Amino acid sequence: MKRLMSFGIVASTMLAFASPVLAQTVFVSTQLRPIEEATIVREELLQDVGDVDYVVEEPPQFAVRMEAERQAGTRTVSLVGALHGELSPLADRDTLEPLDELATKLAAGGMPQSLLDLGKLGKSSQQYIPWMQATYVMAAKKEALQYLPAGADVNALTYDQLIEWGKKMQEATGQPQIGFPAGPKGLMARYFQGYFYPSFTGGVVRTFQGADAAAGWEKLRALWAYVNPNSTNYDFMQEPLAAGEVMVAWDHIARLKNAISAAPDDYVVFPAPAGPKGRGYMPVIAGLAIPKGAPDKDGATKIIEHLASADVQLLTASRVGFFPTLNVKLPEDLDPGVALLAGAVTTTQASKDALISLLPVGLGDKGGEFNKVYMDSFQRIVLQNEPVADVLKAQGQTLAKLMTDTKAACWAPDAKSDGPCPVE
Amino acid sequence: MTNNRPWIPYLLILPSVAFLALLFIVPLLQTIWLAFSDNGVPSPANAQRMIADINFTRSIKNTFLLTIAVVPVQLAIALAMGTMVAKVGRGRETILWVWTIPLGISDLAAGLVWLSILQNSGYFNSMLLGLGIIERQASWLSYQTPVALFFVIAVAEIWRGTAIVMVIIVAGLNQVPKEFREAAEIFGAGPWTRFWRITLPLIRPALQSALILRTVLAFEVFAVVYALGGRNFPVLVGEAYTWQNQNQNYGVAAAYAVLIMIISLAATLIYLKAIKVDAERLP
Repeated sequence: MKRLMSFGIVASTMLAFASPVLAQTVFVSTQLRPIEEATIVREELLQDVGDVDYVVEEPPQFAVRMEAERQAGTRTVSLVGALHGELSPLADRDTLEPLDELATKLAAGGMPQSLLDLGKLGKSSQQYIPWMQATYVMAAKKEALQYLPAGADVNALTYDQLIEWGKKMQEATGQPQIGFPAGPKGLMARYFQGYFYPSFTGGVVRTFQGADAAAGWEKLRALWAYVNPNSTNYDFMQEPLAAGEVMVAWDHIARLKNAISAAPDDYVVFPAPAGPKGRGYMPVIAGLAIPKGAPDKDGATKIIEHLASADVQLLTASRVGFFPTLNVKLPEDLDPGVALLAGAVTTTQASKDALISLLPVGLGDKGGEFNKVYMDSFQRIVLQNEPVADVLKAQGQTLAKLMTDTKAACWAPDAKSDGPCPVE
Repeated sequence: MTNNRPWIPYLLILPSVAFLALLFIVPLLQTIWLAFSDNGVPSPANAQRMIADINFTRSIKNTFLLTIAVVPVQLAIALAMGTMVAKVGRGRETILWVWTIPLGISDLAAGLVWLSILQNSGYFNSMLLGLGIIERQASWLSYQTPVALFFVIAVAEIWRGTAIVMVIIVAGLNQVPKEFREAAEIFGAGPWTRFWRITLPLIRPALQSALILRTVLAFEVFAVVYALGGRNFPVLVGEAYTWQNQNQNYGVAAAYAVLIMIISLAATLIYLKAIKVDAERLP
């Protein structure tokens, strides 16, 4: 009797563990991680698409998990959602299922070919399907507009005008009113790669240490005099904006959304300033991919089709503030905060001097060290006041070594290269 | 019984030794290998990279400065608290209980508590503003105010870590026999002499453990600093975290880990040598 009972316990435990795993499609994502957003994904975006287990993972842990599953040879994850740059190392190891059929179908359904091509990650087959997109913009409290320098158009600012604006705000309020997300979790490195460098030098890697770059850094030093020193602690700019610590801020739209959605009448949202080479801007693409050996490939394909459908894309935009990858018109009754952000994105893209800068490609797991080159330069030049030329020379060498080690070719706006992207 | 079967004690500690070997020694060796290899061959590249990094010297300096500032203060406060509470009769447990509250709070939570007090719109600024001492919110935690930042982190660390020192010291004080003190009193020794000549030598083992524990923990300070100073105040463990988490370079992170281990071991050895404890008083 006792033996029978213990057998029964073992068997039922095994059944309890085995059965639900088989029924669910595991969807691991580095995007939409905050609990509110994840709940929206689970309860709204993934409704009516079967039994999906939506799991969120921090980017470093995501990379570790994918690599561990690859090495172990057992996949539990059927679908991954991550940024272009996070999927790129997976594609480099050849661990993603080609999705060409799905891409053809979506292209016919209105997904722009240029976006789909990004999802090839430089390979011949489709590695991921563009899921949603975002970019970085600037936001300002309306009361800051009174200090705008004469003749300046907030939608077509230059760096000189921004400095002038910062100076006037500081004189009027007694405190520096411009903020940047240069804290430990802030996205400041993207500011350098997508905005500062393209605007001042027309490149990101090739032009790293030239005379244009040096002039740009001098300009940034001048601007930093009017930047709130707490910026090196800011991770998400919506908090200091809402708390009234700064009046003008630059950040990712998803990291400004809460402040702006909470009080859409108090804010204006506009493109980042332009430098001598144009108005640099960086589109951010999140994609969906299926790892090779996924336990439920069909379920994953179904979820991708669902998330890429027009209705769900619009729902995503209005609920979490990431914009569609499909060519669809945003509805009139959109959340006013999201509408403000969307307006700034359109203004940026439509600017005559817009200069698109892509997320780094081909760096594999060296993306963090690539960011470090820019953040170290910032720390040394702007915060520690070291001579620009010396810092750029030293950091340029680190950058050049990084590019040779990873053999990453140049990406826009740098001119194409044969082999690793050179630092000129 | 033990004489007949001398292997029994060894057998009893075997599981814990095996456990330690599996979960401590193996990862330790792996970390050392990770730190001193590059693509599977032995190489000093990671260590060189660590030393050449812009935050390396600053993080060493900050960690040591913090340790030097925090540990003696904690020891002094804990000794004072311990001797004070020794005189108390009723309510002694309650006082001890209140004093040890910070022990129950995680490092990061402690950092966040102090952040809510000291950030721009925090309680401290609001109070100063309310009293009319400052005209506008001052920032205490930025890269432009390194002295204030250091002071704040030191205060937060002292607040968080003194309780553990006090617990060890109170335990040591409890073991000092009353007779010694009474005898000294009879011979006319004042309170100061009694403290220096009797109490302090007799609580040496407790002092040694408290110092080792606190110093090692001070070298490993991280969460409080991370919450309050972020990138503005680099410390060794913070750099290890950044290299692993942000820069995704496990080799350099491992080099930092090995360096922290070496510093901690050296500090322990120094204490073991400097504060000698008689063999018969060892546990």
